[in-house]
Amino acid sequence: MAENALSRVRGRIFDLQRFSVHDGPGIRTIVFLKGCMFRCRWCCNPEGQEFEPVTLKGKDGKERLAGEDITAGKVMELVAQDAPYYARSGGGLTLSGGEMLLQPDFALALLTLAHQMGINTAVETTGYASRETLARLLPEIDYVLLDIKHMDAEKHMKFIGKDNKRVLENAAFIARHAHNLVVRVPTIPTFNDTEEEIRAISRFAASLDGVQALHLLPYHRLGSDKYAAIGRSYPMGDLPLLSGERMRRLLEVAEESGLPCQIGG
Amino acid sequence: MQETETLFTLEKSARIPKLVADLYDHMPAIESDRAVLLTESYQQTEGLPIIRRRSAAFMHICSHLPITIRPGELVVGSNAKTARGCQTFPEYSYEWLEAEFDTVENREADPFTIAEADKERLRKVHPYWKGKTTSELAASIMDSKVYDVFMNHGIFTVGNYFYNGVGHICVDYGKVLRIGYEGIRREAEDALAKLSVGDGEHHRRYHFLLAVIESCNAAIVYANRYADLAEQMAKEEKDPLRREELLQIAANCRRVPAKGAETFWQACQSFWFVQMLLQTEGSGHSISPGRFDQYMYPYYKKDKDAGKITVEEAQELLDCIWVKLNDLNKVRDAASAEGFAGYGLFQNLIVGGQDENGVDATNDLSYMCLEASIHVRLPQPSLSIRVWNGSPQSLLLKAAFLTRLGDGVPAFYNDEVIIPSMMSRGISLEEARNYCIIGCVEPQVPNRTDGWHDAAFFNMCRPVELVFSNGVDKGKQIGPKTGELSSLDTFEKFYEAYKTQQTHFIEYMVNADNAVDAAHATRCPLPFESSMVDECINRGLAVEEGGTVYNFTGPQGFGIANMTDALSAIRTLVYEQKAYTLCDFKEAMENNFGFGLTGKAASKATEEVALALAEAGVVLDEEKIRAIYTSVTTADTIPADKKARYKKLYEDIHALRKYGNDLADVDAFARDVAYTYTRVVEKYKNPRGGQYQAGLYPVSANVPLGAQTGATPDGRLAYTPIADGVGPASGRDTKGPTATANSVAKLDHGIASNGTLFNQKFHPAALSGTAGLMKFVSLIRGFFDQKGMHMQFNVVNRETLLDAQAHPENYRNLVVRVAGYSALFTTLSRSLQDDIINRTEQGF
Repeated sequence: MAENALSRVRGRIFDLQRFSVHDGPGIRTIVFLKGCMFRCRWCCNPEGQEFEPVTLKGKDGKERLAGEDITAGKVMELVAQDAPYYARSGGGLTLSGGEMLLQPDFALALLTLAHQMGINTAVETTGYASRETLARLLPEIDYVLLDIKHMDAEKHMKFIGKDNKRVLENAAFIARHAHNLVVRVPTIPTFNDTEEEIRAISRFAASLDGVQALHLLPYHRLGSDKYAAIGRSYPMGDLPLLSGERMRRLLEVAEESGLPCQIGG
Repeated sequence: MQETETLFTLEKSARIPKLVADLYDHMPAIESDRAVLLTESYQQTEGLPIIRRRSAAFMHICSHLPITIRPGELVVGSNAKTARGCQTFPEYSYEWLEAEFDTVENREADPFTIAEADKERLRKVHPYWKGKTTSELAASIMDSKVYDVFMNHGIFTVGNYFYNGVGHICVDYGKVLRIGYEGIRREAEDALAKLSVGDGEHHRRYHFLLAVIESCNAAIVYANRYADLAEQMAKEEKDPLRREELLQIAANCRRVPAKGAETFWQACQSFWFVQMLLQTEGSGHSISPGRFDQYMYPYYKKDKDAGKITVEEAQELLDCIWVKLNDLNKVRDAASAEGFAGYGLFQNLIVGGQDENGVDATNDLSYMCLEASIHVRLPQPSLSIRVWNGSPQSLLLKAAFLTRLGDGVPAFYNDEVIIPSMMSRGISLEEARNYCIIGCVEPQVPNRTDGWHDAAFFNMCRPVELVFSNGVDKGKQIGPKTGELSSLDTFEKFYEAYKTQQTHFIEYMVNADNAVDAAHATRCPLPFESSMVDECINRGLAVEEGGTVYNFTGPQGFGIANMTDALSAIRTLVYEQKAYTLCDFKEAMENNFGFGLTGKAASKATEEVALALAEAGVVLDEEKIRAIYTSVTTADTIPADKKARYKKLYEDIHALRKYGNDLADVDAFARDVAYTYTRVVEKYKNPRGGQYQAGLYPVSANVPLGAQTGATPDGRLAYTPIADGVGPASGRDTKGPTATANSVAKLDHGIASNGTLFNQKFHPAALSGTAGLMKFVSLIRGFFDQKGMHMQFNVVNRETLLDAQAHPENYRNLVVRVAGYSALFTTLSRSLQDDIINRTEQGF
């Protein structure tokens, strides 16, 4: 595609992952935008939290810089390489992070370019932004995957570093304006893995107008190596994973809300 | 989406697991009956034309080869007394077998037992064959320089057909089902009646037709022996249900393959006699059933519509055939066994695709064939599926379900590439639409092609070694002098030198293949096979003599990935960056980049050094040998500064951009590198009047031929495997399956009309649920939209991951994905790897 004003917009990413099959419909390419306002303790992409580039030191001693400034046009060139698979599978581009809402101009350029190329769009988001920002982006987003982590403001603050007021308010707004909306609940031991907590979240999700499904994402510690790689200790320690049985029970609880629910994305 | 797996599987009959268990309860045995019968017959027919001697021998074998009906079988016919046993074929070659009598039981690849009595009988008949085999004739026809390169220099091998029969054919099974061997015999008799004694070709045609008639009779004799046996067993059978089955088996064998099949069961039985007798007449492998779902369907439909058979009963019969396809076996020489490891007979059976008119041909049997592989879970048949834009999604989903089971089947083929590719070889549109696959991946028009599809393996890595040595190998000038390294002062000159070396040895390979080809026509024409191949009866010529319509020779090149990366590395580091000289490369490669050898290569090198020392009069004890071994494995004789230089080059090579990562310039170069093989090969002609056509795949020869190849400029270490198929070199693709597939799709698959092979490893998490299966189908479709030709999958299981923990260097590209998180497996810490292994077991 020829260069245009949108393709020259620059932003900062820390990864691009092709053949992603769990984040939105079909076969997708995820672009990870750098920087996040949340500090979730279980975050599996800690190198994406700060906007400033971060050096990861692998176990082989090799260093890798997470954080690259790049134009939207260049990103979309990479994304377009899998266009045949998107066409066959109903897949496309997913923006993740970090939090794409922190780079709204860049995110909007990517989403708009994708649509100009006939590629559908999805975002994984916390929903934590101004209404104006959301209103600008939502028309260009085909699938919103919105995280709702906790209904309790205090616990939200304690594990994430921000309260949940804005998330919950924006959830209603997003629900009204999104083309497609799935609520995702990272299910984290000691944080929100009780039946009461899952029940509360799923009831809230069901009360919104336009939520199509709810996904419980089981806690995993696959990001823990990265904490060591950036010289931090893993905030979750060696907390055990939730058993399949436990997850199935929480699924039953979530299903009481009447929403179609599943484990995993 | 809800999981719909239950829709995919019919209950399997209790008979099937028993048949499978019986098949695998012992190591397969080599039997001597065929060799003895063959020799007896040959001794009685000394004066006859060869084609008559072949049919007389076939009749003698069919009349006297021990027959057996195994417990519970519904479809009968075994050419060995014991399950998975095999006969031998001394008319092709036999010396290797006698030399391996005492090692064949303990060898690593495809071991067999052999009883002392059988050894004795074989030792008795083998002397008769001295000077009479196809391999001896081929060796004497071959140019002597070519023979030396073939035997001693590991650049190409034509060993498969040099030592064995050719096989690699799909005969007209449908014709036998329709008119039986009595019908085919009538065609031969009619042709005979029309033959004029004044015809200049009378001597050939007359004897060929007599041989066809005798071969048809032999098949009928053989089936009647089974009918007799079944009747006799029925008399002694206590179980009334089994007695009924045996009586029906007897009736079936009385009817087919003499006459046309009247029921689906008879069609199954008739098919099976064709399949197993083809592999009794000659020793060729890849005798491929082809479009089984097409020619069997009328019999299924007739019985089904008439209410004579249920889906379950038909499925059970198919399952029985699937088991029988694994009952056939063949012993190969130790070296070939490594190249074709896994007792594979490569009986390729394909479902789906278009019919001659370009309409989708999928029918109920297409699904039931997939189901049979789901039920039986055995290596044979090599199940394939044709994919085109009009393929039903439900068929592909079922195929994906089978893939997820992790048995490596089915292989997927792209009609949209293969049909035009075949047409570029002079095949009509209608014939091309009716293609099937032979052996591993080779497209063919069924019933009318002698494709010689596995003619040779050509190691594309060796010519680059010869550029560095100016054509010298093992102290001998075997290749052209392409110049001292100092004279190759531009990349263009270097690349030209590579092409010159390669072209030289391609011509050698052609000479070797044509010699073998001529030897088969002279010594082992196959009248039984020829009776079921178009035009042979009309022309009065056997398949091996050029009797059928299409005659190809298809030698495979492999190592494209290594050579793309190697030539790119030289271009970048020597000619662009000028960071190294060609001499630096040469020295580093001669010293294996400063690395020691491992595994078998280390033992072999130790042995060579020890032998050389012993010859020089050095007394060796165990300790000294251990010291040699240590030095071979650690390369500690190389001074540290040199070692560091070699390793620096090694690292610089590995830091370069590699084929397999969807990089436009690298992949475009790979396309060009492949042309250095494919475009040269297609210029040659074979003795059957046909054309050469290239394939691009090594089966598993990339391992044994890699073991004869020193370090290469792509940073591949000495004697390690060369890249598999047209995929990237092991561990060098790191951008996931779509990127790898895109790179492979950028090769010109159309010109490789003898087939290309693309293996992908797959983690089952990516395939979980029906949604996962649909994404998987989309991956195949997306690859095929970009003109990929073939794709098959190894699903990563627990064992693979454990192996990856032990040998991370072989798995640098292994991506695991868990719930939206994805990582290169080998970069994870041990405890996380263990997490993933545990999750894999749970199927996520």
